[in-house]
Amino acid sequence: MILHTLLDYDTLRIIWWLLIGVLLVGFAVTDGFDLGSGMLLPFAARNDIERRVVINSVGPVWEGNQVWLILGGGAIFAAWPQLYAVSFSGFYLAMFVILTALILRPVAFKFRSKRESPQWRARWDWVLFFSGFVPALICGVAVGNVLQGVPFRFGADMHIFYDGGFFGLLNPFAILCGLVSVAMLVMHGAAWLLLKTAGAVAERARTYGIVASVLTVALYALAGVLLATSIGGYRISSVVDAVGPSNPMLKTVELHAGAWTANYAAHPWTLAAPVLGFVGALGALLGLVLRRPVLALLAAALGIAGIILSVGASMFPFILPSSIDPRASLTVWDSSSSHLTLFIMLVVTAIFIPIVVAYTTWVYHVLWGKVDEKAIREESGHAY
Amino acid sequence: MDLDIVALSRLQFAATALYHFLFVPLTLGLSIILAIMETVYVMTGRVIWRDMTKFWGVLFGINFAMGVATGVVMEFQFGMNWSYYSHYVGDIFGAPLAIEGLMAFFMEATFVGLFFFGWDKLSKVGHLIATWAVAIGSNFSALWILIANGWMQNPVGAAFNPQTMRMEVTDFFAVLTNPVAQAKFVHTVSAGYVCAAVFVLGVSAWYVLKGRHLELAKRSMTVAASFGLAASLSVVVLGDESGYLSTEHQKMKLAAIEAMWETHPAPAAFTAFGFPDQESRETHYAIHIPAAMGLIGTRSLDTVIPGIDELVKRAETRIREGIKAYDALQQIRSAGSTQTVTQGVRDTFENGGADMGYALLLKRYVDDPRNATPEQITKAAWDTVPQVAPLFWLFRIMVGIGVLLIVLTATFFVLSTRRRLDSHRWLLRIAVLAIPLPWIAIESGWLVAEFGRQPWVIEGVLPTAVAVSNLGVKTLLLTLAGFVAIYTTLLIIEMKLMLKAIRKGPEAEHAPDEGDTLSHIPPAHAGAAVIPSTGSAA
Repeated sequence: MILHTLLDYDTLRIIWWLLIGVLLVGFAVTDGFDLGSGMLLPFAARNDIERRVVINSVGPVWEGNQVWLILGGGAIFAAWPQLYAVSFSGFYLAMFVILTALILRPVAFKFRSKRESPQWRARWDWVLFFSGFVPALICGVAVGNVLQGVPFRFGADMHIFYDGGFFGLLNPFAILCGLVSVAMLVMHGAAWLLLKTAGAVAERARTYGIVASVLTVALYALAGVLLATSIGGYRISSVVDAVGPSNPMLKTVELHAGAWTANYAAHPWTLAAPVLGFVGALGALLGLVLRRPVLALLAAALGIAGIILSVGASMFPFILPSSIDPRASLTVWDSSSSHLTLFIMLVVTAIFIPIVVAYTTWVYHVLWGKVDEKAIREESGHAY
Repeated sequence: MDLDIVALSRLQFAATALYHFLFVPLTLGLSIILAIMETVYVMTGRVIWRDMTKFWGVLFGINFAMGVATGVVMEFQFGMNWSYYSHYVGDIFGAPLAIEGLMAFFMEATFVGLFFFGWDKLSKVGHLIATWAVAIGSNFSALWILIANGWMQNPVGAAFNPQTMRMEVTDFFAVLTNPVAQAKFVHTVSAGYVCAAVFVLGVSAWYVLKGRHLELAKRSMTVAASFGLAASLSVVVLGDESGYLSTEHQKMKLAAIEAMWETHPAPAAFTAFGFPDQESRETHYAIHIPAAMGLIGTRSLDTVIPGIDELVKRAETRIREGIKAYDALQQIRSAGSTQTVTQGVRDTFENGGADMGYALLLKRYVDDPRNATPEQITKAAWDTVPQVAPLFWLFRIMVGIGVLLIVLTATFFVLSTRRRLDSHRWLLRIAVLAIPLPWIAIESGWLVAEFGRQPWVIEGVLPTAVAVSNLGVKTLLLTLAGFVAIYTTLLIIEMKLMLKAIRKGPEAEHAPDEGDTLSHIPPAHAGAAVIPSTGSAA
């Protein structure tokens, strides 16, 4: 196999850094609206039939949406094995809490409608709320911690050690990032419910969505200001070997105030990401206010994409900085899979992502249209 | 290296995998059975087949949700609990997992929504395509997972890179076409088909015993018996292939399954029954079938199958070679690259590289394998023997049930061709009682495959004890208890809902539909909806 030398190792590393961004955006944009709908469920829908409208609006698609997350996990494993190993074992208990939510979510969708009892259904409604809120919050908190550096180091033979606990993750800046994540997904979920439902549910969702989009803009701006002023970044202080072996210990790294904004100064076009974050969230606000659901949904999706990409743009080439041994930090240049693996995975991805997007689009097309109470009653055999 | 962390991490992986594996086999098989039933509906236009698809689809859905719920954990816990493993082999092992998501699980999860919600939104053929996409997606998913697992059993197409301190892929095609993975895929998927067939057969037999839904139940039994018979034969043939391949790649696993303490002259006898004793290294009250083992294991009369004692001696030699390679590796690492060390060091590493994993077996006893005492080396060599008695018994339980299920599905296949499915009530009762059997066999099979590979997580390359994350014992206890509590609660709820749905049966599923819709939909549609109930009443 020599075909893989068609693309240079450093090019492949950048492509895979971008692709992980694409997968995370794919997850946040598709699963985002159904996590958001889950968070809005107890508030936007007040009785059983209304709640079933909300649940059935995401019912046929949430399962496929969640695969973006599963695929994100698998792709990080395949393309950035050290990132997968360090972050998942380091954030162990946080991961456990997310997994609890993700275990309960499919079951809640499926089991809720299987019994008539109001207590039974109310219990699963709160499970759906919890399983939307918790992953949204913790993913944001995790990003907040990554931006500040995570306490890990490598021992003999590259064994990984993590010197932090669960509660250390819950620092003010990380919680702020968690709230940005919650707000943006509620905004997105509200736009979805405005599109897919009618009447009281849509109206309530719109109100919550307006609040959420205002909060998204405000909290994101606050996080940006803090990042530029009081969160110290990292930068590589040795010569960068972009095609070197994937061994993080071969470089040196220094802490540097303002390092996380240096990319924007050096390459102003990267400012497109945070700008997209603000413009998207404001567009969603406009769409919600004007009752233009398609505008709101698309703008919210773009806003989410901008916010996620801005995290990557701030940190590049860092992926996971280490706060206790900065030179152990994982960067784009030293924590990827081998040249051959990156190439093979790129070929597979280039073939299958378009296919996935094509049939997902077809499924949304088939399911296009509002979910109303009449439809729920008529389909009682197989609707949730 | 704290052994408690290793034991707890293993226990957690086993618990989460065994739970996940309660739901996967039924999904694999039932998705195909649904697709077959719906294909008959589309080809013949007979509504009873659509009702069958919908009814079994309800049970499929309950099971599928649990499969998805428990599956998410599998994707993430390699990184959570096995961080050194993830670092050490992620370059190879991660790829099939990612491709599984991309190629298979995406398809399965996207179309499953259309399967449940698309009946009124799609044409007949359109819906059939969705159903087949779910079935094909599930089965492809199993393919990629077993390519990953096959590599753990037989790590081909990869080499160790001293600079990154991990295994890296050298020949991806070899990973894909790994013979162990191919045999495991067909064996596992067929086992899933048998599981679903026996489930459909058993539930339908219960309906026939109760005199309910006879039209639906008998048709379902015919599908299940023929599908199940073909699948159960395939399980045995491919199981045999797995055994044959073990002789080549996992000699110790084979010797442990057979409790073959010593090397016997070819062709070796098969121990049908006995009580293996790990302490005294012998099998009490053994009943032997002459020559059978040699024939199954080597497909020849003159190839010798090595026994446990001999394999331990070989392991000891490999540990000593491995220590040399490990020493060469450390010299290369401190020098920076293979280019900057002497030719002698390079040669030692190249020649002993295949044994380096054996040196890592010593890490249980000593931080640096180069400082190991001769006693520690002997101890580590004996560590390469898995627990013989459980393997011996689990394997026989699996094979015994496999044979029983061939008899069961063959019996019902004959009955269905003679249209006498309801003639023997005792046979129907047996079919109901047989429902749990495939699960027992499948879980036993998982244990034989994974427990039999110990002490390795990657056969001959990476010992399980080295592969874990450095987590706290309390943390592990917390998450282990958490997973078991959540899974057990959900499993109980799931079984109750399954039983409720089975007791309710297919008609009740439609009752509110008919009552509600008859008044305001066109007569033609209403007529179609009534047919199943009159059909099953006749």
